Amino acid sequence: MKSLAELEAIRAKTLEKVAMRKEGDDAVRIVVGMATCGIAAGARPVMLKFVEEVQKRNLQNVTVSQTGCIGMCRLEPMLDVIMPGKEKVTYVKVNPDMVSRIVAEHIVNGRPVQEYTIGAAEGK
Amino acid sequence: MRDLSMHVLDIAQNSIKAKAKLVAVAFVMDGNGKLVFSVQDDGCGMTPEFLSRVTDPFTTSRTTRKVGLGIPMLKQSAEMCGGDFGIESEVGVGTTIHASFDTRNIDCIPMGDICDSLLTLVMLNPDQPEFLFQATSPTAEASFDTRQLREVLGGVPLNEPDVIAWMKESIEEEFKPILEVS
Repeated sequence: MKSLAELEAIRAKTLEKVAMRKEGDDAVRIVVGMATCGIAAGARPVMLKFVEEVQKRNLQNVTVSQTGCIGMCRLEPMLDVIMPGKEKVTYVKVNPDMVSRIVAEHIVNGRPVQEYTIGAAEGK
Repeated sequence: MRDLSMHVLDIAQNSIKAKAKLVAVAFVMDGNGKLVFSVQDDGCGMTPEFLSRVTDPFTTSRTTRKVGLGIPMLKQSAEMCGGDFGIESEVGVGTTIHASFDTRNIDCIPMGDICDSLLTLVMLNPDQPEFLFQATSPTAEASFDTRQLREVLGGVPLNEPDVIAWMKESIEEEFKPILEVS
């Protein structure tokens, strides 16, 4: 493995930050479908792109996590954005190019990208 | 599945669903183009009856629909290029699944970005299970163990952005040279 001393330095640097963050209850959750259907449709690069964007913008209150198959495999890759006090928004057929717009418009500015949502996809 | 890295991510998910405490993912290259991929877990395991039909696409433990394609597709990918597939399981002990690939066979699926899949597994499951990744070839070996990381990190979670960056570099540095098939 790469030098564990480097990891030790990361621990020292981030421990305080982690403790501070735990107290906030304004957490935003991004939940990506990672069952066989999601993975085959390309969920991994989408998920990694979210993590990259969150890191780039230094968003402290956002977590990216996974879920299984919810039974709408034809719409994969799918993901939910769950913000406190707001209704869950489900995005469908997401590709990595759509991610930065979802982060900028929805997660940062609170306006869901309607055209990417399940409502728009199923209303056609 | 378009490439092996997707199978890696997918098959390891089964171990996570089975509530494993330790998931060991291994790649053994023999230097002559043969690759053996295996996932071993200490999860809930399967009954002999379920195990006997687990490669059937119409077998699944999930409840949202009646098909389960992860294992049958891995079997297909391995057999397509002249490789073997096997699975052993015991209730309360765990499950081991292995698939071999002849990477020089024209019908072998591409490797894909296996390092990304390994990183994704850790990142999305920062609390449990523990992961042990290993890759060996006749000339080199690599290993990555989340238990070791946790010991150093104390209370800092494995999905902390700085830690993710460290893990990405670490996995790529060690595993990429071994997994790159010429």
